[in-house]
Amino acid sequence: MSLLLKGGRMIDPSQGLDKVADLLIEDGKIAKIGENLNADETIDVSGKVVVPGLIDMHVHLREPGFEYKEDISTGSRAAAAGGFTAVACMPNTHPVTDCKSIVEAIRRRAEEVGLAKVYPIGAVTKELKGEEMAEIADMIEGGAVAFSDDAFPLENSGLMRRVMDYAGMFGVPLILHCEDTSLSDEGLMNEGITATTLGLKGIPRESEEVAIARNLMLARLTGCPVHIAHVSTRGSVEIIRRAKEAGVNVTCETCPQYFSLTDEAVKGYDTNAKVNPPLRTADDVAAIKEGLADGTIDVIATDHAPHAIEEKDCEFAVASSGMVGLETALGLVMTELVKPGVLSLTDAVEKMTATPAKVLRLESGSLQAGKAADITVIDPEAAWTVDPSKFHSRSKNTPLGGRKLVGKAVLTIVDGRVVAKNGEVMA
Amino acid sequence: MRLKSKDILGLEEMGADEIELILQTATSFKDILNRPIKKVPTLRGRSIVTLFYEASTRTRTSFETAAKIMSADTSSIAAATSSVVKGESLKDTVLTLQSMRPDVFIIRHSASGAPHFIAKLVPSSVINAGDGMHEHPSQGLLDMMTILENKGKLSGLTVAIVGDILHSRVARSDMWGLAKMGAKVRFVGPKTLIPPEAAKLPVEVYTNLEEGIKGADVVNVLRIQLERMKKGLFPSLREYSQLYGITNERLKAAKDDVIVLHPGPMNRGIEILPEVADSSCSMVTTQVTNGVAVRMALLYLLMGGSEDVTAS
Repeated sequence: MSLLLKGGRMIDPSQGLDKVADLLIEDGKIAKIGENLNADETIDVSGKVVVPGLIDMHVHLREPGFEYKEDISTGSRAAAAGGFTAVACMPNTHPVTDCKSIVEAIRRRAEEVGLAKVYPIGAVTKELKGEEMAEIADMIEGGAVAFSDDAFPLENSGLMRRVMDYAGMFGVPLILHCEDTSLSDEGLMNEGITATTLGLKGIPRESEEVAIARNLMLARLTGCPVHIAHVSTRGSVEIIRRAKEAGVNVTCETCPQYFSLTDEAVKGYDTNAKVNPPLRTADDVAAIKEGLADGTIDVIATDHAPHAIEEKDCEFAVASSGMVGLETALGLVMTELVKPGVLSLTDAVEKMTATPAKVLRLESGSLQAGKAADITVIDPEAAWTVDPSKFHSRSKNTPLGGRKLVGKAVLTIVDGRVVAKNGEVMA
Repeated sequence: MRLKSKDILGLEEMGADEIELILQTATSFKDILNRPIKKVPTLRGRSIVTLFYEASTRTRTSFETAAKIMSADTSSIAAATSSVVKGESLKDTVLTLQSMRPDVFIIRHSASGAPHFIAKLVPSSVINAGDGMHEHPSQGLLDMMTILENKGKLSGLTVAIVGDILHSRVARSDMWGLAKMGAKVRFVGPKTLIPPEAAKLPVEVYTNLEEGIKGADVVNVLRIQLERMKKGLFPSLREYSQLYGITNERLKAAKDDVIVLHPGPMNRGIEILPEVADSSCSMVTTQVTNGVAVRMALLYLLMGGSEDVTAS
């Protein structure tokens, strides 16, 4: 069985490729890229962009335990519809993904669903309690690709140092949600004039920046590879930029909400705009774009965080934090970054394919011959309007409903199988 | 003219013309309070629900008194005695009450924006009786009414609001209302109790009390709460009083005819000395009376009344 993607613009940052060509898939693998190829089935992709399958290294699939928000099946469907062929899922499940058997259970379930490759991220500490280290080596054996206590940052610097020393032995990255909770202190949104006017307790940028600075110092001490999650402030970008110049083994990500929205989205107490870290200011958005452009920010991930209606349809103070992102990310990258020239299409694709693959030490993120045929085809000119009711995700929590975007995935291919076409998920 | 919105959620979104209408209407209603028979039929057959998720004596009594004088029927729900203790969400509580067809909800809640959430849920009018650290519009209006009665104008006056601005919904409503009416507003308090980026609001910010009340026409003293000390926002009530307590001596920095407001309840001897609280410049009890008049005006105007009070 072979499949030919004919006449598309092939962009593969992993091999410096950018040309119009045909791509041949045989037996679920990429056979070759060339001219005038033939296959059992041909799809005309002229005018479209063919890239390695997008990788989202920061999602919450909520299974096991919170299936009312999302599960591996609905989350995989959302990924496929949004153009992602692989996702790495955070361990704040119930029970917590803190041992090999849960890591394996997630992978098995994802394989049964078969719409996206799911890479579990293991918990750093048992039950995310920030006390005893979880069985990191055993979880690596079971398929965990990275470790994180995501929204439960390790406050104890001594424990963080020991975790970095220990995890560093295996070369796996620690993904760090950086927050000094004594500074965020039950804040609800970014600290500033908008929070002051709304009467909502603010979270200063320094809550994130202080924690990043500490963690980078410990990364320098231990040599452990660290990946800073969801960078949202100017100060954070500057601290990471300096650490990289000093040779610290650090990578980082930002999310579309941090270059597409500001804290003004909270006005009117829109709980869908409540997210952690909080939406910041126009100055921070500008700095995030600068950091993306100069390479300080390596990866674009979503922090896809589904929540049920009742967790958002309530007072702002009690609403859950987070927004879904799998089905809007590519459109926001194309509209907010590529179209205005913040990033070239190649650089944007790299931050969603080759770089996250490198951080997580995955084989994917490339169109090289012999690789699994995980491929995304993008229509860069497709204009569309965000309609949360059409999301494949079980949850619809986004403040972006009604936003007009240009650019979307029209074909998502996993192991040579078409799993989504024009937003419709196969099977 | 009529009010633009079905709800009274805050003074930030209210126009100067609306504020003027409310204050005028309240002044007309104040006469009723001085009559021996304090009852008019204006709102007969109307039903009003007060839903208080925070402790309150004066605001709730004030709204209920206003409603009763105007012959409306009132139901009072306090969070501690309702099904809230059974774990019912705010949404379900409000939808249940809405099914009993009230004309107005009056809500106090510790979460900023809770009345805005309710206003979107129900067709009834919603009056914000204080939401978190956000706004307390009826208090702002009664403060303005009290100042207007004493000074004959609002425009051009200097009003210093002293104390815990950070947590104060009164300070925010006063600020929006007074700024719209052309008064100059100052926030005075320790840095730990001034909201972040307050200088971007239509106010001047002072941390020094003497400078902050210098030349002021009005000093509005806010209540200081012991729990703020426990959170480490200032070292002791004693030191707070030394730095920010309003005494007769300190008031000399203000204008000779300065008036002093306090939204209550007062901590005598801490943020305000008895010598000030009981002096002729203190408007504390007048504020309470004006509160009833302002709330009568709000209920009346929300239920379709116009500025011509006598016609009703």
